[in-house]
Amino acid sequence: MNDQGKPRLIRFYEFQPVEKQQELVRSIYKILCSRAENVSNFVKVDSLFGPLVYKTFATLYFVFIFDNSENELAMLDLMQVFVETLDKCFSNVCELDVVFNFNKVHTILDEIILGGQVLETSSSEVVMAVEDISKLEKNSNSIIPSIPGWQGR
Amino acid sequence: MAGPSLMDSLFQRSLDDIIKGVRLCPPGTEPTFIAKSLDEIRREVKSTDRQTKAIALQKLTYLHCLHGVDMSWAAFHCVELSSSSAHSHKRIAYLAASLSFNPSTTDVILLLTHQLRKDLSSSSVHDVSLALSTLSSICNPDLSRDLTPELFTLLSSGKPFVRKKAIAAILRVFEQYPDAVRVCFKRVVENLESTDVGILSVVVGLFCELAVKEPRSYLPLAPEFYKILVDCRNNWILIKVLKIFAKLAPLEPRLGKRVVEPICEHMGRTGAKSLAFECMMTIVSSLSEYESAVKLAVGKVREFLLDDDPNLKYLGLQALTIVAQKHMWAVLENKELVVKALSDVDVNIKLEALRLVMSMVSEDNVMEICRILISHAQKSDPEFCNEILGYILFTCSRNFYEVICDFDWYVAFLGEVARIPHCQKGKEIETQLIDIGMRVKDARLELVDVARSLVIDPALLGNAFVHGVLAAAAWISGEYVALSRNPFELMEALLQPRTGLLTPSVRSVYIQSAFKVLIFCIWSYGKLNGDDASEPSALTESVSKCDLEGTSETVVCESLSDTEVDNENMIIAGGQTSSASSRKYRLTKESIMGLVNLVEANLGPLAGSDEVEIQERVSNVLGFIELMKPKLHGPLGDGEGDEMKGKLEASEMVKLMFDVFSEELGPVSLSAQEKVPLPDGLVLKENLSDLEAICGDVKFPSSTSFSLIQPRILEKDTSSFPECNEESGPSTESTSLLAEHRKRHGLYYLPSENKGTTFNDFPPAHEPQDKTIDEAEDLVKLTEESLTSKKKQNHIKPRPVVVKLDDGEGLNMAVEKSKVKTDLISGAVREVLLGNEPMTSSSRSKSSNKSSKRREVDRIPESGNDIVNTAISEGSIAGSGRRKHQTHSKERKHLSSGKEKEQHDHNDKQKRDSRHHKHKSRQRAEGGINVPVQSPVIPDFLL
Repeated sequence: MNDQGKPRLIRFYEFQPVEKQQELVRSIYKILCSRAENVSNFVKVDSLFGPLVYKTFATLYFVFIFDNSENELAMLDLMQVFVETLDKCFSNVCELDVVFNFNKVHTILDEIILGGQVLETSSSEVVMAVEDISKLEKNSNSIIPSIPGWQGR
Repeated sequence: MAGPSLMDSLFQRSLDDIIKGVRLCPPGTEPTFIAKSLDEIRREVKSTDRQTKAIALQKLTYLHCLHGVDMSWAAFHCVELSSSSAHSHKRIAYLAASLSFNPSTTDVILLLTHQLRKDLSSSSVHDVSLALSTLSSICNPDLSRDLTPELFTLLSSGKPFVRKKAIAAILRVFEQYPDAVRVCFKRVVENLESTDVGILSVVVGLFCELAVKEPRSYLPLAPEFYKILVDCRNNWILIKVLKIFAKLAPLEPRLGKRVVEPICEHMGRTGAKSLAFECMMTIVSSLSEYESAVKLAVGKVREFLLDDDPNLKYLGLQALTIVAQKHMWAVLENKELVVKALSDVDVNIKLEALRLVMSMVSEDNVMEICRILISHAQKSDPEFCNEILGYILFTCSRNFYEVICDFDWYVAFLGEVARIPHCQKGKEIETQLIDIGMRVKDARLELVDVARSLVIDPALLGNAFVHGVLAAAAWISGEYVALSRNPFELMEALLQPRTGLLTPSVRSVYIQSAFKVLIFCIWSYGKLNGDDASEPSALTESVSKCDLEGTSETVVCESLSDTEVDNENMIIAGGQTSSASSRKYRLTKESIMGLVNLVEANLGPLAGSDEVEIQERVSNVLGFIELMKPKLHGPLGDGEGDEMKGKLEASEMVKLMFDVFSEELGPVSLSAQEKVPLPDGLVLKENLSDLEAICGDVKFPSSTSFSLIQPRILEKDTSSFPECNEESGPSTESTSLLAEHRKRHGLYYLPSENKGTTFNDFPPAHEPQDKTIDEAEDLVKLTEESLTSKKKQNHIKPRPVVVKLDDGEGLNMAVEKSKVKTDLISGAVREVLLGNEPMTSSSRSKSSNKSSKRREVDRIPESGNDIVNTAISEGSIAGSGRRKHQTHSKERKHLSSGKEKEQHDHNDKQKRDSRHHKHKSRQRAEGGINVPVQSPVIPDFLL
């Protein structure tokens, strides 16, 4: 989500109704914006199902919520991997990239995390897979005449 | 349909258009824009053109995900689109499905089964991976069941990219459909030996997830995990393996011994903080009995604490909290760092540090710690200040004030806390003050002092947060007025004009307390006067006699002092003399009259109060004054004669009133009522309508635990009236009035401080101490905390007795929870791992399946390197209740003595080999190893 509390990407690995999702996003934003800079990245929130780790990159908050089968610091690393991957895919990623590439960001995330489990921790591997998928999509789309749309990146 | 569809296709807005549109919306018009877009989408999604449909669905998914738009209605369109041959369409459809389907309610999921199956067997890795990730998001039991065969194939796929995703996805399938474990588990285990880091990482992650839920089942896999722990150099994998061992080690002592060394090695060698942290956590949480390892870990913790990175500091404190449970020295060693962290800028760190500080509290340091914390609290922001206070109050009152030795200090401390400007813990302080008053006799003198200073301070009345505390203080002042140095001053404080700021319930406590003070003063006056005049009046005589035999507070002190240490004695004696002397000096007729007038003047206007509680109490007081006044005026001043009679009446009345109030309240156990023997002739189910005539305007508390309070009246001969006779005893008009009073005040004795305990009887605490425990007489058993059980030599003063009730007072009514239902997954895992012949509750019809399992069973010993696979008896497996016995022929390598488990093996050779070891191990098992003999026997590994 961005620093205004607007969600940019939400992904749950266990089903949550939309209302619950929105409520969680709001409560998390409330907590995060009350925190000063230079404080720890971990927050324990009772209303969540696990500890939360967040990090600010430019105008964006990246937030992961995890359970006790994940290592706290490893989650921070994973976040770094995710951001690195985004950076590689969009070359100098900014908030707008995330905003306008809804599907692609989801694709990237899917390559890193599947069903709540960490799949891949090397950003170059992820980038390769994602590029592969993009090619595949282009090819499949070229069979059917494409109408201007989401391929325009 | 073709027309609009074509139009839609040509002029359809893309997702980018929507996003831009939403962004350009003037504030407030966003919902309108979204609604308009939704209308478009609804039309477009029905299109026969797949591209149009795909874009519509994409837009919808976006709106659903980030703007909370409902898209459950579009579920079928997702299914439709998923069958498209274009990967991009498939992706859109599957993404929509995984973001919006509810596995338990979306019924079209079943329609997706076929398509998923097709994609899982597709030749394109990305189709397969897409299907796998979708499956893991929307998995339900039916879907899992139907797709298990495909997953089984994928688990040994030649492409690591696919295989690892299949492994990750299988976790959800296991959760939804435990029977899948029987089919797939073997293949998953095989992957533990994969050389591909990606696969290994995922499979270890999978076992970590599984082991967190039910570790015991995975003990047999310990050798494989151990190998990874020793050989692997990938931090991600090591972290997961450590997590697994953290779960397994407590179950199997030998395991801890094996792993502790490599873990310490990793901790020392690694540069990665995450791995170091994980090693640390594993040691402190699961291997805490290995002193040297813990020392190493604590050293590492210290490094974290000293680091500038707030994250490490935070995590270090967390680790320390875990160590603290077993190794307090670790915290004490890092004390200064913890205290420093209390003033960190980060709230999390502060809280964590606070928790740690409180865990350090013991009898010896409680004062010091509280002092430090209070000074911190005064410097902190209100929120954290209250956090600190809450922790202090909680810790100090824990287990009946376990850590408090010096109650005088604690009581004074409570008074101090109440005055801290931001303090919002009034309720808690209130409860504790009253609780201490009732439980700790020796603290009362100080308590009264503290209460006095609170009540007397007009500034406090304006702060709503301390009203609760003031109520407690007022109650204490009234209840223990006999210990007060100056009842007059107290009365003034209780009636000061600013009490108008109090809430009605608190104010009524004030009035009631004033009443008690008044009665005490008049009684003392009467007694004093009687003594001075040396009139051998029977009634005044009886009063003093009562005193001697132990009804009144003051006498309690005397009787107490006999049993107490000198030090105590002096204080109490001091209090005694001071109150006695003050009485002597000030109790003149004028002062009493002044007091009565003061009360009348202040309470008079309140008789018309809207608040029933206040009105009620005020009328009581005024009624009493009405009765007393003429009698005080008349006879006491002049001399003898007819007026003697009036005087007697007055003093009798005063005495009765005084008796009512001098009955001491004590804590009462919840089950006390059951211990009350039913007096003869008491009809419990009698219609109580007569009572209503008396207590017509008294509202009974609606709580069901209410019971009538029957204060005992001590007569001359100190024997109490039988309870049922109580009402019929005194027959004069005034005494029946008093009975009414008694009822009322009894009922309202503790208005809000009641906290669930019903005061249905008073322990006769006025009697000499040795009698206190006399069970024959007492309805409530009081236990004294034994002073000898704890070493207290280092205290100047012995810890005062804290009255505790026998039955734990609702402390831990922890009801043994019924056994948790069997975890189906682990049941299945055990079956596979331990090679039991499957025959359980779960219906398995396929016999071919069975035979394949047999095959697996046979192969297991080969796969586990170095395993000495012992026989298995599985009697204690939860839930399934089967008891099985199966013998394997096995290879035994490097069997070392003393380490083997009990064997149910009938192989002659082995029997010979292990006979005396067996005996040994049996002894050990009897000696209380925490692995019960019947539990699944874990193969000895790596011996």
